Order: sequence, then C-alpha cells, then structure tokens
Amino acid sequence: MFAGWTGAVALGLVGLLALLLAELIVGGWRTFDRFGLGFFLGRAWNPVRGREAFGALPFIFGTLVTSAVAVALAVPVAVGLALLLNEVRGFVRAPLASFVDVLAAIPSVVYGLWGLFVLKPFLDRHIEPFMTSTIGTVPVAGALFRGNPNGPDLFTAGVILAIMILPIVTAVTREVVAVVPRELREGALALGATRYESIRMAVLPYARSGIVGATMLGLGRALGETIAVSMIVGNVPRIGASLFEPGATIPSWIASSFREATSVGLHRSALMALAVVLVIVAFVLAALSRLLVRRTASLVSGETPGAAETEIPKVTR
Amino acid sequence: MIATVEIAPMGRLRAGRRWKDRAFTAFLWACAFLAMVPLVLISVYVVSRGWHALSVNFFTKEPAGPLDPSAGGIAQSFVGTGLIVGMATLFSVPLGILTAIYLAEYGRGRFAGAVRLIAEVLLSTPSIVAGVFIWSLVVVAMGTFSALAAALALTVLMWPVIARAAEEILRLVPQELREGALALGVPRWRVILRVVVPTAGAGILTAIMLAVARGLGETAPILLTALGNDFINTNPLQPTDAVPLRVFADARTPVAALHELAWGGALMLLVAVLGLSIAARAVSSRQQKRMT
Repeated sequence: MFAGWTGAVALGLVGLLALLLAELIVGGWRTFDRFGLGFFLGRAWNPVRGREAFGALPFIFGTLVTSAVAVALAVPVAVGLALLLNEVRGFVRAPLASFVDVLAAIPSVVYGLWGLFVLKPFLDRHIEPFMTSTIGTVPVAGALFRGNPNGPDLFTAGVILAIMILPIVTAVTREVVAVVPRELREGALALGATRYESIRMAVLPYARSGIVGATMLGLGRALGETIAVSMIVGNVPRIGASLFEPGATIPSWIASSFREATSVGLHRSALMALAVVLVIVAFVLAALSRLLVRRTASLVSGETPGAAETEIPKVTR
Repeated sequence: MIATVEIAPMGRLRAGRRWKDRAFTAFLWACAFLAMVPLVLISVYVVSRGWHALSVNFFTKEPAGPLDPSAGGIAQSFVGTGLIVGMATLFSVPLGILTAIYLAEYGRGRFAGAVRLIAEVLLSTPSIVAGVFIWSLVVVAMGTFSALAAALALTVLMWPVIARAAEEILRLVPQELREGALALGVPRWRVILRVVVPTAGAGILTAIMLAVARGLGETAPILLTALGNDFINTNPLQPTDAVPLRVFADARTPVAALHELAWGGALMLLVAVLGLSIAARAVSSRQQKRMT
C-alpha cells in the first residue's frame, strides 16, 4: 500500500515532465505550423494583429554569443582552479573550494544588480575602450571589439554569465580530475617530470572528455540564465558583429515580453516556441555532458557505461 | 601516453622546463585569484550599499508614492516571498521525499532508472522554462497571475532537487538497521517511516534547506507567474510581490531611492540564501560524523 503511494508520486514526476513538454509543444505549435523554418531564420518580431511576424534568429544569435563569451572566459579559469584544488592540500583547499560553492548559491538577481550598477560601468569606462583601441584594430576579428562602449551590451552579459557558470564547471572538472589514477601522476613524477609536465602528460589526456562535458554543462546553464542577462543585455533584437552593442537572448526576450503576450494567442505561442527551442538545446547539452563525464569515469575504472547507472550513485552535489 | 622527459639531477632542470613549471603554477594561482575577485566584490558591494536601505520602514511599509520614494519599504515583498516559498515548500517536500523513498527503498529496474533520469533532466531545465510552463498552464487558464501559480512553478524546480538529494541520503542509512527491524517482524512501510527516515533525518533536512534556498532566490519563474504587486497581498489567487521581483523591478527604474531599496532587498536575499546553504552544510557534516 505504502509502496504503491511512493510509486504513484514517482510516476507523478514522470507525468510532470511529460506535461511540461506537451504544454510547451502544443502551445508553440501554432507558431511552428504557421512560420515553419522561417521561425528559426526570420529576423522580424512583430506582434501587431494582422501584421504578425515572429523570427527567432536575433535571440538565437544573442544567446549563442553571450554563452560563447561566458564559456571562453570561464572554462580556462575553472580548469585552472580545479587543477589547483587537486594539487594543494591542507589549509588552502577547503576554504577555496567552499568559496567557489558559495558563488553558486548567489541568486541570479543579485548578480544582475551588481552587474548593472558595478560591473557594467567599470567595463564601459575602462575595459571596453581599452579593448577597442588594442585588439579592435586587428583587421577582421577586431570588428568584434569596436562599437559604442556605453550602454548595455552582449559582452557585459557574457562576463556576468562567466562568473555564474564558474562554480558548476569547476565542480564537474574537479570530479573528473579526481578520478585520474594516482599511479599515473606518481609515475610521471618519478621519471623526473615537473608538476606542469606531470599534469600535462598524466592528468589532462584522461580528463579531456570530462572537461568538454563540464564545458557543455556550463554552456547549458549560460543559455538558460534569464534575469541577470535580462538586466544587462539591453533586450534589443539585433544581429551584428560588435560585442559592445546591445542584444537579446531567448530567455531575456521571454521575460521582457510575456506581459503583452499573456492575452494574445499567437504572440504567446511564439514565446512558447522560443521556450521549446531553449528546452531542447538544454536537454541535449545536459545529456551529452553526462555521457562525456561518465566516459571519463569508465575510462579509468574500465566499467561499461551502462552499468554505472544501476549501481548506487556516488554522492556528489 | 608515454612520458618522454629528459632525466636530470635535481636542481639542474633545464631552464626552459623550470620556467614553464613556474609559469604554470603562477597560472593556477591566478585562476584561484580571479575566481575569488567577483565573490569578494559582490559581497562587499551588496553589504555596503544594502546596509543603508535597512530601516524600520524598509521592513514595515509598502512602496511610497513617486513624490518621496525613500519613505517606502518593501514589506509586501517579504510577505509575498513568505507566501510563495511557503506554499512551494508545502507542495514539494512531501512529493520530493516520497519520490526519494520510492527510489531508495522500492525502485528497481527500468522504471526507477527512468524516474532518476527524469529528475536529472528536470534539474537541468532552465528555470524560466518552468515559468513559461506554469504561465501557459495556470496563469492563462485562470486569467490572472497569482501566488499559487508561482508556488507551482517553484515546485517544478524544488521537487526534483529534494528527490535526488534525499535519495542519496536515504541510501547512506546502514542496511543492518533495515534488516534488524524487518527481522523483528515490523512491516516494510513502518521500517521506512520509523527507522530509515528518522535515521536520515538531518540529511533530509539539508535537502529541504537547499531546495528552499533555491526557491528563495529564483526570479524568472516567479516573474512569469506572480508578476509582482505594490501592495501587501495574502490571497494566493492574486498577483503577489516577492523580494527578487522587487529587486529586479526597482533596479530598472531611473529613481536612485528605489535603487537603494533594490540593494537592501539583494542584501536580505544574500543573507537568507547563504545562511541557509551554510546551515545546510553544517547540519550535513554533523550528520556524516554521526553515521560513520
């Protein structure tokens, strides 16, 4: 009897996901049906009755650009930090590790507030003009760094996202670095390798696919982050070369236009179609990252990937 | 992977190798430093700027009119956050714990694997997706934004958090305890409720605290479902304010006095969320010491 109750609640969790997906897909269906592939390739967004046009390309663009900036900035730092936490012992490690975990607990609206009033003015005044006058002069890639340093922009949103995904990328990288067998490190050191050489030759080759997995998990977090980005990015549907101009991401656009869409069928459907895109990308990234991280574990222990799941999961977060 | 390293006596490493090793060590420490900077800066700014906002009015008044915004407070946000997160906790704790009991005590084979996978999938769902889901399912259908809808959106996020965390705790309970009770003829369900769950009690409390901390700070799903409100509201079927919503809204106005209220709200959020996370850690480390 009691077993039945708990089973029913567990089944409820399955039902919840099914209902969520069904609700989003049914809601977004009108948009996919009417605009087809044009929804993904269109640039116009006009909810005015009779002249409706819904194209998601500027939001897909903004999401990819801010997330790419975030990953480019966060992953090297996260990997370095994870390697350091694996090296040091004693009094440095525990506080350092828990500081990083604290970063993960800060609510996104606090990041947004700080980003808006502290980080954005700092980047606008000091970093962005400097980047424009240095790497901005490089012939082709320099176009990324030219533009108006003032006001909201994609780059600032990317920096805030980098800070926000740092803890999760660090945590997952730490996990994969920790499973590299000690014997390999010791072997390399015994041959006279320096610390750098032992890490490069004994740790990184093992951890590589796990680090890629950690990156994907971070990317998934960055894609879905709403409030902090929404406060900084400007929410302007725009596609352009410069990182120093405003833009909009899928979540930030949903958050800034749901009010007007609540009572208008097609507009609402278009926002739900955006959510469908977001959810599919996030799921695919999460699944890929799990596979890659698990591959690292099985590389080391020699288990088959399928067997790990039915075993008692090890305690992580 | 074979290491090809020239063997050199200690202290006579070729200069290039030693330099590379030093540069790499410096890089690792630079990473640690870079990771610390934002945490320190965010805490310093939130505390120093939020501090000024704290006053009796801040906790007891609703927002004042545009003539003197600094005379107002955000009392309606505290009431709303309590209402929304309270309801969400009420919904998600029993659901999460029952799911965890199923997974740890009864679940076998393919179905349990599927449930676990789905909990993971829901954990990796961007939080705004939960907001869009409830917005379409509840807000549009009921014709109004409401605290209840917000609580449901948070439940979508908190249920899998509690389920996964509590399952891991339940699995740590020694098998001998279950066997001992079963051998005495106690039925399975009573063993779970009277022996297993109480033994894991502190750990389950940790899981709940972490889920509540998450619920307190979430903004996007509440924005799409509770909308916000300038007045104290205790009716679960009406639009309701919450602290993160107020911070979000006040920060985007051009009024300096409201920015100050936003920093005050952020300080309260930070204290509550970090306090809960740290307390959760303390409880779980004590529990682990007791069980080993």
